[in-house]
Amino acid sequence: MNRFDGTPDLIPVHVAVNSEPKISHRSSGLYPMFLLAVLATVMMLFAAFTAALIVRRTGSDWVPVQIPSVVWLNTVFIVTSSIFLECAKKAFSRGSGSQASLWLGYSIALGVLFLIGQLIAWSVLNDQGFLLSTNTHAAFFYMLSGVHGAHVLGGIGVLVWTLRRALVGAYGIDQYRGVAHAAIYWHCVGAVWIHLLVLLSIT
Amino acid sequence: MSSAHAGLPFWRRYIFSTDHKVIGIQYILTAVFMALVAVGLSVLIRMQMTWPVRLWPIMEQLLPTAYEGGALKPEFYLTMVTMHGTIMVFFVISLALVSGVGNFIIPLQVGARDMAYPFLNMLSYWTIVPACLIMLASFFVEGGAAAGGWTSYPPLSALPGALPGSGLGQTLWILGMALFIVSFTMGSLNFATTILNLRTKGMSLMRMPLTVWTLLVSSVLGILAFPPLTAAAIMLLLDRHGGTSFFLPEGLVVGGNVLAYEGGTPLLFQHLFWFLGHPEVYVLVLPALGIAFDVVATFGRRPVFGYRTTVWALIVAAVLSMIVWGHHMFTSGMNPYLGEYFSIVTVLITLPFAVIGVNLIASLWRADLRLTTAMLFAIGIISAVGTGGLGGLWLGTAASDIYFHSSVFVVGHFHFMIGVVTSFGIFAAIYYWFPKTFGRHMNETLGKIHFWLTISSVFPAFIGMHYLGLGGALRRVYDPTYYEYVRPLQEMNVWITFLLFISIAGQLVFFVNLFRSLFWGTKADANPWEGATLEWTTPSPAPHLNWNEPPTVYGGPYQYRVNGVGGYVAQHTPPEEIKCWVGPHEG
Repeated sequence: MNRFDGTPDLIPVHVAVNSEPKISHRSSGLYPMFLLAVLATVMMLFAAFTAALIVRRTGSDWVPVQIPSVVWLNTVFIVTSSIFLECAKKAFSRGSGSQASLWLGYSIALGVLFLIGQLIAWSVLNDQGFLLSTNTHAAFFYMLSGVHGAHVLGGIGVLVWTLRRALVGAYGIDQYRGVAHAAIYWHCVGAVWIHLLVLLSIT
Repeated sequence: MSSAHAGLPFWRRYIFSTDHKVIGIQYILTAVFMALVAVGLSVLIRMQMTWPVRLWPIMEQLLPTAYEGGALKPEFYLTMVTMHGTIMVFFVISLALVSGVGNFIIPLQVGARDMAYPFLNMLSYWTIVPACLIMLASFFVEGGAAAGGWTSYPPLSALPGALPGSGLGQTLWILGMALFIVSFTMGSLNFATTILNLRTKGMSLMRMPLTVWTLLVSSVLGILAFPPLTAAAIMLLLDRHGGTSFFLPEGLVVGGNVLAYEGGTPLLFQHLFWFLGHPEVYVLVLPALGIAFDVVATFGRRPVFGYRTTVWALIVAAVLSMIVWGHHMFTSGMNPYLGEYFSIVTVLITLPFAVIGVNLIASLWRADLRLTTAMLFAIGIISAVGTGGLGGLWLGTAASDIYFHSSVFVVGHFHFMIGVVTSFGIFAAIYYWFPKTFGRHMNETLGKIHFWLTISSVFPAFIGMHYLGLGGALRRVYDPTYYEYVRPLQEMNVWITFLLFISIAGQLVFFVNLFRSLFWGTKADANPWEGATLEWTTPSPAPHLNWNEPPTVYGGPYQYRVNGVGGYVAQHTPPEEIKCWVGPHEG
């Protein structure tokens, strides 16, 4: 028992304390964890862009541009799309898969409309003579809506995938986690757009 | 190999494999190949620093565009320092230590049959391959590879006309880095979800081996720190090819012409770069420390000292690493109060690192040392992290950094931390887990020769660089004898180059050992080192999917010095099978 006489310290067994297996397999939490990590990268990406915009707008050449008004319509599209996705989840929870597929379809359609609307906003800005290279505020609009649009496109891909699964009847009353996870991503992407819109509109 | 796996064609088993162990080995082999390129560059760099005015007719034969008339072109020198840094940080250390060792060991140590997303894992690896090819290809385009430094600061990186390497070479650099970021982020997502969700029964967080803990912290850092660099890369590409001026101020003159850019700020890029750059260092260093803990425990035959404090110190270090990036920019003209803040938080990092270092040293206290090659490298890590960390204090304090900034002192410091510590981590991991990987032992005599040649050369070389920097020698200078005041120190450069060749000789011994052991090494059984963690419960080499049913865990990872000196209780040993006495175990 002496620490310094060269013999090892030996004390009675206490490995047995709390030695029951504490936790079972956590694979049920796999997708939420993955989703959380993906959202963390998305948030950090746009946080960096936000910081860049706040710094860059103090530059001597900063001339604010009027953001094309079509983006407000687009915002309505993406928010409504999120609401329809919630309707789809409700429908799944009631067990009416065909109803849910319909809501999913509406949601996807609104997502596509959002992207088309963003392209229209680009062409409006372009027609006004604000190009990527001529105005930094416009450049931020092009860049941020572009990067955001890529995330929306990814979201549409996921939603189409869930729709396909819904149409083959892969989801049931208590089995529509895929849709729930896609919805979390979709809501976050929508929230990011509202954040970007506020950021780009303040002049 | 299980029958299902054995039934797959060769290219699905070894080329486009989803097995985490195969992917881990693929990563390490890719990193070894890239390391050959990067070490080759360092030889050429050292030759230039040692004999700056000498003509090299033989080099003109080998690299006619770089050595026109036998003299190294200054712009190629800048290309070499840029690409040496880029390849070493992102395509050697990141790939071998984090992606390679991490892939191999995470499922084995947490008791999972594979990674959470095997297909994503394969995708990560096959994204890195084109990234490497793009980086290598950039050497052969017009103007050569990127030359604006591994940090790629604008305007050198943003103006295609700024340097010969700022043309297509720099564009390829950004593309290669973009692919690297995509791959590394996918890998980090996979690591974090595997560690948090696929642990076997009983493997609570506080029973995880410290290697897994460090890889978890690394992955979270990677997930949070890489996206801002992505943002910076997108803006840099737009500045280069879209005519924007995010980073380009007005009044820039290239080739006698004033450019039309205005309002941008290169400092914005520096902030975004170092917001990644500093955590990236911890992404690389922490796993080496985790490996050191595992190896020291197994070959010291005692529990690691302060398991819980180590875990908390890792987390504190990771959090601090994300708020200290400004110490890379003390000379950029920042507000002195901001500099003061960055100084204070940087020096605060000493606390968690002191805890980790002291815990490592205390883990050797009264240990029953088994000085295998892996153990020697692990002890080398402890030494290097302490020695290199001292230099960090000088660089983290604004008052002294203003003197040391951009000097060879910095080069010596970061080579200690992300050169020596990390490569020792890779070597310790290879010697330690080689039996598990290939079912054979590496030769211990050759391993020890490798270790002693390496440590006896890298330590004096990088300590020498600290002295050079103290004398005022600047980094990235084409001719180090250009400034009269550093000429008396030139002999130091000769010595450092000499030490580089000794170190390379050591690595040759390693390669001989590696290939010899692959085919003719003595066979290893399942648990050759008497380790207590889960990877030693599978046969060596570990089969596809590791276990039919992963073992259940009943205790911590370091239950050594049990039932007398040298005894141990494996993590999966049920309490009723433990016969009598158990030593104190932390965690």
